[in-house]
Amino acid sequence: MSAVTQDTAVSTGRATRAFLYLVLILFALFYLLPLYVMGVNSLKPLPEITGGNMMALPQTWTLDPWRSAWSTAQIGVEPTGLKPYFLNSILMVVPAVAISTIVGALNGYVLTKWRFRGDTWVFGLMLFSCFIPFQIVLIPMAVVLGKLGLAGSVPGLILVHVVYGIGFTTLYFRNYYASFPTELIRAAQIDGAGFFRIFWRILLPVSGPIAVVSVIWQFTNIWNDFLFGVSFGGTSQPMTVALNNLVQSSTGVKEYNVHFAGAILAALPTLFVYIVAGRYFVRGLMAGSVKG
Amino acid sequence: MGFLDIRNVTKSYGNVEVLHRVDIAVEEGEFLVLVGPSGCGKSTLLNMIAGLEAITGGEIAIKNRVVNGVHPSKRNIAMVFQSYALYPNMTVGQNMTFGLEMHGVPKPERDKALASVAKLLQIDHLLDRKPGQLSGGQRQRVAMGRALVRNPDVFLFDEPLSNLDAKLRVDMRTEIKKLHHNLKTTIVYVTHDQIEAMTLSTRIAVMNKGFVQQLGTPKEIYDTPANLFVATFMGSPAMNIVPATVVMEGGQPHAAVTDAEGQVRNLRFSQPGLAAWEGKPILLGIRPEAITDPEGADRKSSNIQPLTNRVTVTEPSGADTFVTMTLSGKDVIARMRADANVTAGQVFDFAVNMEKAVAFDPATEDRITA
Repeated sequence: MSAVTQDTAVSTGRATRAFLYLVLILFALFYLLPLYVMGVNSLKPLPEITGGNMMALPQTWTLDPWRSAWSTAQIGVEPTGLKPYFLNSILMVVPAVAISTIVGALNGYVLTKWRFRGDTWVFGLMLFSCFIPFQIVLIPMAVVLGKLGLAGSVPGLILVHVVYGIGFTTLYFRNYYASFPTELIRAAQIDGAGFFRIFWRILLPVSGPIAVVSVIWQFTNIWNDFLFGVSFGGTSQPMTVALNNLVQSSTGVKEYNVHFAGAILAALPTLFVYIVAGRYFVRGLMAGSVKG
Repeated sequence: MGFLDIRNVTKSYGNVEVLHRVDIAVEEGEFLVLVGPSGCGKSTLLNMIAGLEAITGGEIAIKNRVVNGVHPSKRNIAMVFQSYALYPNMTVGQNMTFGLEMHGVPKPERDKALASVAKLLQIDHLLDRKPGQLSGGQRQRVAMGRALVRNPDVFLFDEPLSNLDAKLRVDMRTEIKKLHHNLKTTIVYVTHDQIEAMTLSTRIAVMNKGFVQQLGTPKEIYDTPANLFVATFMGSPAMNIVPATVVMEGGQPHAAVTDAEGQVRNLRFSQPGLAAWEGKPILLGIRPEAITDPEGADRKSSNIQPLTNRVTVTEPSGADTFVTMTLSGKDVIARMRADANVTAGQVFDFAVNMEKAVAFDPATEDRITA
């Protein structure tokens, strides 16, 4: 096979190719530099940072900053580390992502396969909710949460994130299901399957790619949210708020190595989700836009 | 009282009536084909029988039970869709038994029904595959199998062959015909392909613009089309329609047409009743196969009329040779034997089987019954 010359339109010379790779590698290194700095400095004792070079590898390797960030660092007034807040975030993110994704899938199903008068308007309004800035709703949201008795609690945060996420998840699922043949739904109806049975048995099994998109999108957004967390978190603040409290504390010595370790801890879950599900992400985003 | 009764059924979207007073009684074991151009309302009618679209007026009854407003799954019907509509996430076997499962049929019975239908359609080796791994013809079989397993009162087919390639379409057509012959099921079948309609049906309803133009056996539809639309829609190549005048000659009505040179030729009608139209213009309808060379003419016909005319074009198709000529200013196609000795530009003696000719009223476009 290698003997066959490939004189096609996309073939390029060896030199061009080498140059291309060189440029790409340089850019990749540049983008990875912050991660390197964070990683390296989170593994150094503090004097090595304050006394010299941020770029150098540690002279003595240590995991103490990580331990400190996780369980003993001073967050606000309590020396709890980030651990309880990490748990808060998990308790908030998992239900919020699950609920908004399921509701979005149901909405998409109804808006494409059980059309009703004015359904495009309903969808338009839900789409509109994607463009409302968080800051605008802070005060009304606080009032609503107060009336519901959910202020300053994890369920309150879940509610806020679900409400905000439904617009996006509905958009994803509606567009995905729009290209799903309606004849299948009709066939299932004739076969005797009801509303939920069709959703569960016919539609959901083929929704994998778009569900991944929805989960990644919702997970990163909710995990990384700061504004709602700091406004409505109360006693159950999420990771982002705790990280801020850790890094921004104005008393005592700035423990940069602990801060670096804390920041990486805060970013790990989203990184994990991307690495596990990332390749489905692009596939799901493309689905529906191009007929296969 | 039929097995499936469509009584005065209308369908409107808002103020627009798309289906006007359709009245068809289908007997048990009948194969009714709804045929017409796209937008004629045939699929709408089928969906109304299936219960997928609401009935605006009139009623539909299956086995004397009015099913207006009855859920599709409770009408005891099964439908084969144009796209086959196989559930992509289920295996062939699961696809075929899904309906039974939804109706609460226990597993052993489902498996038994599946096994017998799979054997009948020769798809028993495919039961564990997913629809995505099947060819078009196999998917078609599975879709039919899914309908058969249910053992419904009425089968509904919505253009089931139009996604197949030409050769497979002919094979599956025969397959469906065989199936109907063996199982004696009642079938309503929608297609826009008039050859499918002719070959499969026991009765055809030709539809256009929301009206049933004619309801009858394939032979009735083909030989005595009710109007110009049916005449030109059914048959390929289409029926030749030529303006003519009715003249009397020897006490018999004749159609006076002009040949390519402008000379008037008289063709005697087989229907004496057309004498009433003496001197009036009509539209003469002749099927291509009714115009031949004298040797190829139908020997059983009692009325073969000679016609000398110049040949414009010949198109050999292998089995037949299509010969085009000009008659009363219109292109007329004759279907000849493949070995008929005709060349373009030649003046040729044709034989017209006037027994098969029909006449239409130019004003109403209806066939003149006489």
